[in-house]
Amino acid sequence: MQNNNMEFEHIPQEKFEFAQFDAKIHDKKFDTKTRSFFADALLRFKKNKSSVIAAYILLFLILYTIIAPAISPYEIADKDPMYINSPPFVQSIAEKGWGILDGGVVMDSQNDAQVNFWKGIGVETGYDPIIDILGSTETTVKIRGKETVVKSYALEVNKYYSIGVMYKTLSYDEFADIQRFQNETGIQVIFPYVEPDAIKGITDNANIWYEVKDNKGTAKLDDNGNFVPVYSTNKEIEGAEYNSIRVPGDDGSYIYSIRKSGAVSCRISYYNYYQYLNGTEPFYIFGTNSLGQDLFNAIGIGARFSLLFALFVSAINLSIGAVYGAIQGYYGGTIDLVLDRIADVLSGVPFTVVTILFQLHLAQKVGTAGSFLFAFVLTGWIGMSGLTRKQFYRFKSQEFVFAARTLGASDKRLMFKHIFPNALGTIITSCALTIPSVISSETSLTYLGIINLSEVAGTTVGTLMSQGQTSMTTSPHAMFFPAIYFSLLMISFNLFGNGLRDAFNPSTRGVED
Amino acid sequence: MFRYTIKRILLMLMTLLIITYMCFVLVRMLPPAELPPNDPHKVIIELRREAAGYNKPYMIQFGIYLRDIFTEFDWGVSDVGRYFGQEVAGIFVSKLPATMIVNLYSILISIPIGIILGIVAALKKNSWLDHAISTLTMVCISVPSFVYAFVIQYFISYKLGWLPFLMNAGTNYFTWSMFVSMIPPIISLSMGVIAGFTRTTRAELTEVLTSEFMLLARTKGLTRAQATVRHAMKNCMVVVLPSIFGQFIGIMSGSLIIERIFAIPGVGSLYLDSINGRDYPMFMMLTVFYTAVGLVASIVVDISYGFIDPRIRMGSRK
Repeated sequence: MQNNNMEFEHIPQEKFEFAQFDAKIHDKKFDTKTRSFFADALLRFKKNKSSVIAAYILLFLILYTIIAPAISPYEIADKDPMYINSPPFVQSIAEKGWGILDGGVVMDSQNDAQVNFWKGIGVETGYDPIIDILGSTETTVKIRGKETVVKSYALEVNKYYSIGVMYKTLSYDEFADIQRFQNETGIQVIFPYVEPDAIKGITDNANIWYEVKDNKGTAKLDDNGNFVPVYSTNKEIEGAEYNSIRVPGDDGSYIYSIRKSGAVSCRISYYNYYQYLNGTEPFYIFGTNSLGQDLFNAIGIGARFSLLFALFVSAINLSIGAVYGAIQGYYGGTIDLVLDRIADVLSGVPFTVVTILFQLHLAQKVGTAGSFLFAFVLTGWIGMSGLTRKQFYRFKSQEFVFAARTLGASDKRLMFKHIFPNALGTIITSCALTIPSVISSETSLTYLGIINLSEVAGTTVGTLMSQGQTSMTTSPHAMFFPAIYFSLLMISFNLFGNGLRDAFNPSTRGVED
Repeated sequence: MFRYTIKRILLMLMTLLIITYMCFVLVRMLPPAELPPNDPHKVIIELRREAAGYNKPYMIQFGIYLRDIFTEFDWGVSDVGRYFGQEVAGIFVSKLPATMIVNLYSILISIPIGIILGIVAALKKNSWLDHAISTLTMVCISVPSFVYAFVIQYFISYKLGWLPFLMNAGTNYFTWSMFVSMIPPIISLSMGVIAGFTRTTRAELTEVLTSEFMLLARTKGLTRAQATVRHAMKNCMVVVLPSIFGQFIGIMSGSLIIERIFAIPGVGSLYLDSINGRDYPMFMMLTVFYTAVGLVASIVVDISYGFIDPRIRMGSRK
């Protein structure tokens, strides 16, 4: 018997020959294309219209975080002190009068004096703040026994132009530099000085350059209804030489600045001064927030941080969860029970509590973002580990695992080469649904101000929304744009994730409905 | 079932104890709140801290903490801020009604609306109505409550002026004007809850409607409505009812965001104050409270499955 065996083992190679070398094989070849698991999932994903649309919106929102900061002429650190909570404004579109991006805010019950005040700004600076008169009402009021008709208007006023002219103290160098800028560009920043005595002692309003009736700044118009300029010609108080653009009607006698302890004080048009400082006109597609940041840029910066942070957190959580769940599911028994208890205890701690305790203990050592990350990692992996555990229970007693074990595969190999790939679909889906939940928690906590990531991230969408919330009635855009962005992000992420889940779920395979 | 319930409750208590201990140690590791200089109460506060076991090992401190809670329901005294020197437990109890009432209203509105929408969507599966409801549900679940709060405050309260901005102060919770002032937070809270119920009901009911016993019921001669109400609804409720119980437990915890936006004098805003003001005794008590609410809600959900449907005896014999 043994002899025979030995003989079989030593048959020379040339004695072998193909049994069916020339025979026709009757087995049919598959004429369908083979389809991999992922191609199959992709196919089913594409059938789900809403998820595909969501995926495109998501792509757009992600691209926004890259493109918006690049387009915007501003950095996140640029905070304009005057243009705060200002509505969307782009000069080139505003002048077309389409009613969008015109920086307009509605102002109710403006009387004639106020309308004149806005007009005065327009006449002097050339930027008329009044966009539109929306309506007017007439009320009859009895003043000192006389019935007088008081007209009041609802105006749409350009918030950028309405700042008009302001007092500014400049060094001599800066004053000269602005004149150089004026000569080069033809944009007039500095306007002639007005002595307070000429306008009934008003010192807190630089926009009054005309003759006034009272110290409230009511304009005294001439017979033709024009303003009467009262610019100062007092050379004795002049601060520095002025050799640049002069206002119409100036014969060279107006002074443009006064001395002020080693510097000059003058009246500047803020809109033009802004151009001098930034090199561009105000360009705020989404307006500005309460810090004077460009919202268009800030949303991009904040969302970029949120997305990267969520991606990072999810990656860590998924890895920890997968390994933890794999060990639990594969070994089962006592190990499963003990690990399950640990996960149970951790999942019982409310997330806010974890965040706060980590913040209090770790923020000084690893920074706010670091401690926030730890808080997410502490409890975030539990959901993932549960999923993986379930998958492992499902697959570990199947034949292919037995086969691999019989061939001598180690535990590690069995877990990660044989069982784990089968759970991959679940894991990808869970990733797509973990990211929005991380973004959502992060945004809620920054919104509440429990966590402040502004130093690390520049700003976050949650912070932007909480800033917007405080000035909601006067400048709703500051809340509106971040809220829209965030809502779209959440909706499209969830729809996308649901689509993925359905696509990867084998039980829906072949179900056409 | 009884043994299973007892086991779950004991496990829950153990979990709660462990979490409380961990949080307690982490909180006590922090330096206690500093007293304002020249504070006349300095001596008393230091004596009180001595009695609470500061300067002793954490295990002993925790023992004292638990002993005070169990013997006198004494959760400590507020260290800093608005409630300086007051009993933490008393303040907490006084804040509870506002939170509970607002959340209770919200749930009472959400449950019927959510379930009805879910039933409609399931019965008209794959019609335009179903797609509309499902899409809306998705949107409502995804959009966070503070966005609703903004929309309601801006459009309804500010532009139209129909509802007040904030909840009325005071404790007359059952007057009409108080109820009106509660409507904005109730709506903001309800959107997500409604969407949740709609989704659960729809998913469950569509599954039940396609099962074989429904076919049998129809074959026996029941009309579609009869079969749906008597057979499908009952089975669908096996999943929906526990989540209702869970929600009811959850009404105590409230929402930090909504309470802050609408100035509801409830537990959520108390918690935020204690976080921002570093009021550790208050923070500790509310942490225990929130943890307990979460744990209780989860075991109520699990156990109620078993009571509603005797076929499901989760974990009783594993």
